[in-house]
Amino acid sequence: MFQGTFDADVLSRWVLKRAHPGWLGLRYRDHGSDWVELELPWRADLIGDERRPVLASGPIISLMDMAAGMSIWVANGIFRPVATLDLRVDYIRPARERASVAGRATCYRRTRSAAFVRGEAHDGDPKDPVATVSGVFMTLDPARMR
Amino acid sequence: MSAGLTPYAEALGMRIVEGGEDGATLLALDFGHELEGRPGAWHGGAIAGLLETAGYAALRSELVRQGRDPLLKPINITVQYLSTGRPRESFARGRIVRLGRRNANLEVEAWQDDPAKPIASAVMNILMVEEEASKVL
Repeated sequence: MFQGTFDADVLSRWVLKRAHPGWLGLRYRDHGSDWVELELPWRADLIGDERRPVLASGPIISLMDMAAGMSIWVANGIFRPVATLDLRVDYIRPARERASVAGRATCYRRTRSAAFVRGEAHDGDPKDPVATVSGVFMTLDPARMR
Repeated sequence: MSAGLTPYAEALGMRIVEGGEDGATLLALDFGHELEGRPGAWHGGAIAGLLETAGYAALRSELVRQGRDPLLKPINITVQYLSTGRPRESFARGRIVRLGRRNANLEVEAWQDDPAKPIASAVMNILMVEEEASKVL
């Protein structure tokens, strides 16, 4: 379940269906050799402030955390679990009302045990992001996991 | 607006289990499959959502105490993941480090069995916009 060649198109269909990404309804959009783009569809029960119909920041963190983890899988070429060590999110501007948010994360550096990721979330125009993120992940050894 | 939780927080099942006068609002969240990341562990994004909500709850309760009701806009959050979140109930509490007129800085910790052994912590900055001012701007 944890190991094998990582095919983002195929595996994202499975990995985004279950658990927290499944609950959020995250969708696969595209990927390259070291990046993955996912989408968080608009949903009324994910609002962060009743006065404005805008997606809360919590689901956007989940979107970026998931895209970041997947960018490490495509960069590594294998499907191996990773754990987030540190994640920073800067909210540049609010998303538009009732807008879905897309998140693209790039794994720009890997060492034997760590992976460094940065990314942007946008609501239509990638050049006008709603948030930027940077994070550090640790690759886990499946043999040591229970 | 009261110190109630956001639709997002309620959809995930977060609840306030204790409201302190000093902004020490304690949040609890039972584990469920919808919070899982890799099998047998909390998703990092769900933990971040709990931390962020605890920060907002602490700030909101202090603002209510002061008779203020501004719009809260996140500026940033930095989350440190300290250990794996096991599939069980988790708690989070925010502490206001600095509360000014336009900006608040908070520290938040999340834990499971022992408050002295946090599974994650966060630092966050929140912009506060008074409704009248937001109409003018």
